[in-house]
Amino acid sequence: MSPLLSSIFSTGFAFAILRVMTPLLFPALGVAVSELAGSINISLEGIMLMAAFFGVIVSAFTGSLFLALIAGMAAGVMMGALLAYFHLKMKADIIMGAIALNMFAMGMTIFLLYIFTGDKGSTSSLQSLVFPSIEIPLLKSIPILGEIFSGHNILTYVALLAVPFFYVLMFKTPLGLRIRAVGQNPHAAESVGINVDKIKLYALMLSGFFGSLGGLYLSMGYVSWFSRDMTAGRGFIAIAAATLGGNMPLGVLLSSLLFGFVNSIAIYIASLNVPSELIQMIPYLVTLIALAVFAMRAQRIKNRVGEIQEHFDEDAVKAVVKDVLKTGGES
Amino acid sequence: MEKFILKYFTLIRTIIAILVGMIISVVLIYLISEMPAYSIKQFFLGPVLSKGRFANVIENASPMIFCGVAIAIAFQAKQFNIGAEGALFISAAVGTAFAVSTGMPTVLHVIMVLVVAGATGAIWGFIPGILKAKWGASELVASLMMNYIAYYGGLYLINSHFRDKDAGFLVSIRLPETAWLPQFMPGTRLHLGILLAVIFAFLGYYFLYHTTSGYEIRTTGNNQKFAKFGGMNIVKVIVLAQVLSGMLAGLGGMTEVMGIHRRFNWQMSPGYGWDGVIVAIIGRNHPLLIIFAAFFLSYMRVGGQILNLMADVPSELVLVIQSVIIILITAEAFLSTWKNKITIKEAERVEVANESVTQ
Repeated sequence: MSPLLSSIFSTGFAFAILRVMTPLLFPALGVAVSELAGSINISLEGIMLMAAFFGVIVSAFTGSLFLALIAGMAAGVMMGALLAYFHLKMKADIIMGAIALNMFAMGMTIFLLYIFTGDKGSTSSLQSLVFPSIEIPLLKSIPILGEIFSGHNILTYVALLAVPFFYVLMFKTPLGLRIRAVGQNPHAAESVGINVDKIKLYALMLSGFFGSLGGLYLSMGYVSWFSRDMTAGRGFIAIAAATLGGNMPLGVLLSSLLFGFVNSIAIYIASLNVPSELIQMIPYLVTLIALAVFAMRAQRIKNRVGEIQEHFDEDAVKAVVKDVLKTGGES
Repeated sequence: MEKFILKYFTLIRTIIAILVGMIISVVLIYLISEMPAYSIKQFFLGPVLSKGRFANVIENASPMIFCGVAIAIAFQAKQFNIGAEGALFISAAVGTAFAVSTGMPTVLHVIMVLVVAGATGAIWGFIPGILKAKWGASELVASLMMNYIAYYGGLYLINSHFRDKDAGFLVSIRLPETAWLPQFMPGTRLHLGILLAVIFAFLGYYFLYHTTSGYEIRTTGNNQKFAKFGGMNIVKVIVLAQVLSGMLAGLGGMTEVMGIHRRFNWQMSPGYGWDGVIVAIIGRNHPLLIIFAAFFLSYMRVGGQILNLMADVPSELVLVIQSVIIILITAEAFLSTWKNKITIKEAERVEVANESVTQ
């Protein structure tokens, strides 16, 4: 077997995919929540940066992993709430608001980094904590599966559990139903007494919550420090992953795996002196095609529904008219 | 007075937003600098205190103007195009590839390279445009994907086929001199591309405000349903806006290569497409105002760099200010209570005046 193939079919490679996938899956779920609510959040990049930063800082200064978790999540949720405030209260366009928030997060984290550490690059001078890796008792001893699925950072397991959590939340709870209702037709939702702004606020805060876990994983699991701009575009890749996954939990998981797979391959290939650019391009190309196919299908359905309604109405009217003529309008 | 404020309300609001941004920058510098007065002076006046730095301001403004006008045309049609970055990158790569593999007399070569780059950018705009216009696919996501495709595609093209193997780092082969845009001031890198940027901003203005197609783009952006009932071909209008947008961004990237570096030397995306978004917002999607907005952003950037080098404040200060300015400009609710008060006052005044006339 060629060195490339043998490394791809190794358990170490499969392990790496899950590792690389984790900081994509969290923000992708975050994007999916916001998309389902009809207000796309493209500020996951900023949300993750803020969470990654505050997690590290709080863990370094308090020595408490729990407080770091809370701080990181609070930072992410606050960013989501801030975006909702700009969008819903200050009437800024949500895309502009998110672009501003991304910039704000990038600038502010470096700024605060400099204040706390005197360094503009990273927190390597601080003693910050990391989330533990865990071995799963029974799974660990199964030959191949154990090597792939056991021994990951706890947040990787949280990410995998976040997928069914997302499903239950969005499809089995009243909040999820409301979020989807608002996303599909805000006017209809409003007419049945749903407070649209409030639901959008919740959705964006949830989006920030999912994103914050991705950020925490980056700085306290994937590596053990915060460095400037460490999200490196993952918040945007998450938009691709959510789109490709159709904003559905299983779809988002699979598309995040694909992006994780391709990124891992790129790392392996780079060492073999083969141009990796074309392979790295593939998932984006696939996403673009998927986007087009989804859109075409949605439009076909829309047209079809329109046709049916037209026919239905016409026939119904004809039937009523006929009926009236026949009975003389008496019955 | 009230009349004046109402007429220029958006402009006044923009200026106030910029002022608030400036005030925040002063406060932040005071908070963190050991020598605030010196730092503030460096930030605000640094760029004009030396010829080289002021030239930097103008050089950097050039691709920002191209991308700003590009984004503005798309925004005017209400198309959330963030694909200027990708169009710029791929056009510069393809244009470079074309320039190094052809030989022509100088003026013709320059023109042909610009045509190739512009056409590449146009294709990059066409794809999200047609997907949106025909099938309603999100142009935001599509243009984002096009950015990545452009990035990896451009890198592949340059690194695998047009790489200068003697250079020691990843750059393309040097452009033949026939494809250079001349630099006109010794000691600086000011080049003809800047003039082109301004010319294209004027052309963009003329197109948007004095041609039928421009009118159709603005109408579609203001009210798509109205435009449709008015008999406009929405598909054509949206695609045209995106194609022109991609073309301008592509020209911005190519002139940068032809005027400054004379070779493709980007391994990271240079970010001018995102700057274009900022500049379009500050310039209110008006091509002529965008010239000033680009100059302003570029001035702040150079000020930030000076701050980083000469004082003890990180240049990321500029990012924070940018974000505040953008929020305040795009937030329609910002100062709206004030506007409403003035509107009521003005209405009352007119009413009183009318009454006194009728009596």
